[in-house]
Amino acid sequence: MLYFSDLLQYSDVFLSGLKTTVELTVLTTILGVVLGTVCATVRQYGNRASQRVVSVYVELIRNTPFIVQLFFIFFGLPAIGMMLSPWEASMIALTINLGAYSTEIIRAGLASISKGQIEAAKVLGLNFRQTLTRVIFVPAFEKIYPALTSQCIIVMLGSAVISQISVQDLTYAANLVQSRNFRAFESYFVTALLYLGLSILLRFAFNALGKRLFAYRASN
Amino acid sequence: MSLVNLHQVHKYYGDNHVLKGIDLDIKAGEVVSIIGKSGSGKSTLLRCINGLEQYQEGGITVDGKEVTTEDIQVRRLALSVGMIFQNFNLFPHMTVGENVMLAPTIVLKKSKAEAETTARAMLEKVGLADKFDSFPEKLSGGQQQRVAIARALAMSPKVLLCDEITSALDPELVGEVLKVLEQLAKEGITLVLVTHEMNFARDVGSRVVFMHQGKVWEQGDSKTLLSNPQTDELKQFIGAVL
Amino acid sequence: MIEFSNYDILRNLMFATQWTILLSLAAFIGGTTVALTLTAMRLTRNPAMQRIVRVYVELFQGTPLLMQMFLCFFGLSMLGYEISAWGAAILSLTLFTSAFLVEIWRGCIDTLPKGQWEASRCLGLSFLQTLRHIILPQAIRVATAPTVGFSVQVIKGTALASVIGFVELTKVGTMLNNATFEPFKIFTLVALIYFMLCYPLSLYSKHLEKKFNVSR
Ligand SMILES: Nc1ncnc2c1ncn2[C@@H]1O[C@H](COP(=O)(O)OP(=O)(O)O)[C@@H](O)[C@H]1O
Ligand SMILES: [Mg+2]
Repeated sequence: MLYFSDLLQYSDVFLSGLKTTVELTVLTTILGVVLGTVCATVRQYGNRASQRVVSVYVELIRNTPFIVQLFFIFFGLPAIGMMLSPWEASMIALTINLGAYSTEIIRAGLASISKGQIEAAKVLGLNFRQTLTRVIFVPAFEKIYPALTSQCIIVMLGSAVISQISVQDLTYAANLVQSRNFRAFESYFVTALLYLGLSILLRFAFNALGKRLFAYRASN
Repeated sequence: MSLVNLHQVHKYYGDNHVLKGIDLDIKAGEVVSIIGKSGSGKSTLLRCINGLEQYQEGGITVDGKEVTTEDIQVRRLALSVGMIFQNFNLFPHMTVGENVMLAPTIVLKKSKAEAETTARAMLEKVGLADKFDSFPEKLSGGQQQRVAIARALAMSPKVLLCDEITSALDPELVGEVLKVLEQLAKEGITLVLVTHEMNFARDVGSRVVFMHQGKVWEQGDSKTLLSNPQTDELKQFIGAVL
Repeated sequence: MIEFSNYDILRNLMFATQWTILLSLAAFIGGTTVALTLTAMRLTRNPAMQRIVRVYVELFQGTPLLMQMFLCFFGLSMLGYEISAWGAAILSLTLFTSAFLVEIWRGCIDTLPKGQWEASRCLGLSFLQTLRHIILPQAIRVATAPTVGFSVQVIKGTALASVIGFVELTKVGTMLNNATFEPFKIFTLVALIYFMLCYPLSLYSKHLEKKFNVSR
């Protein structure tokens, strides 16, 4: 028998877990995309040495599991003198993780902008920074926006792992509830649905944001 | 007896009434050119004849048999109707020979040897005997289209439908494809072709069908019709094309 | 307390790596099989079938893999189906892998021009003959690179099996850490081993992609 009603008394626990997950997601999405933008720009237009550094960062992160990255930051770094709270470690790990994936994605967008566009901007007298922000970024981001936002959702779902270092997120709440009422299936099922709702909601939010960001399309 | 017969065929795409009561009768051995402005329903007409599109009213028969989009029916139809597309649609992962041999072996269940003999003969006919082992991407557009013709011929169809088969070609390659068609016409194969090549329609074709706004607006013997159009629409169309 | 030499650490990690590889292979094979079935369901053009596949993909792409594992492990046993950590890990990784592969493959099949289907139809090929002779051979060529690329995600996904107690590379890493208190060293090594498993696959996928782009 399933007893979902038993979970009602724990709705506060779920809600506070949900809040933590959402907060971390919003924060790390912003930080991660900014990090990815910087790294992608360096990777695309920087000098050879800095390109190398970025490549190593991207490949290291993309080819190791997030949980190991998290453990390395939370358990490993204190051993060399960097103490971090679980929350800080999670934030850093998530940002670095999303940063690496978004570097790859954004770079593909930058690469898709033709040389002609850049040269035209130069001829018009724009400096490099102006060219980047006014000529390159908007069409580049528009192109990769779907891939980038899917990656943000994937990272949000991956954040479930931070419960393993006792960050009180949604998954932590699920573990807590099932340890109290021994209703594992119900607890995890409801939590899974909450994550599903969250990812659908995020997708809607990203779509709405995209419509505003790239509104110039609609106006012509 | 007629080989292809359309009776009051109506076709809609949603609310878009594309074919508005088409009556058409094609006898064996005829070479029928369908002309008309873009969007007048020429492709749709061909696609209804070979069962690629469903029509909503009226009836189509090929060789006396009703045409539907049922998978089984289309497959039977494929034995009597061949189709050549504007953009060739060759199978890029197969050699020219394999392209031509595929349907005879797996649909007609011919032996490999028999299918190969036919394939070589058909490629010979379109002047590409030496390309048997080449891949389509290595060929020019004109050559690819001729392979597509050979592929259709290998199924010995009773009628061959061609939808603007020279429109995607560079001008200098159009001639080689038309020459193949002309040869086929001489051999007596029934051809129904949507085309913008007025000279070809006049000199090789036996009949011209002018389509306008989803209707057969005017039709008749190719030489008479093109030199002496009756309706203003056809006059205008000929004036614009020539 | 037992002393662990560097040699002991490495030996234990290497041993655990075998389980990571085995789990990855099992999940990849399972995922491929299920994804093939789902792809076939999608291609039938039966609306009900397509709907089932859409919901399946949405469910398993829209929830955390960790949650899927918990549900398979704790959830199923609560419902009276006893399942080992190994079984739960394979089951959840199979579901997860197939949901992503079916979407990847869908993209590959959809990039083939509609004319390929139409030409086949006009030549009298049946649906299955078209799939077998025309669509699949071309789709497989397109799909190989992204599929190899996704295998990296599968390997990384196996790390989550440590959370439900399956003893693979990450689990042994945390166990060794608890015994040695040398987290920096241990987790660096663990990360490096994963990197050595995944990076060649990433490179190979990139290589395949390049080769494919040149050949067309
Ligand atoms: N697959 C389709 N879906 C919806 N409308 C279509 C489709 N194909 C053609 N049409 C419409 O049907 C009409 C006739 O098209 P078509 O037969 O291609 O004309 P033609 O070949 O003479 O240029 C056009 O208005 C076109 O927009
Ligand atoms: Mg047309």
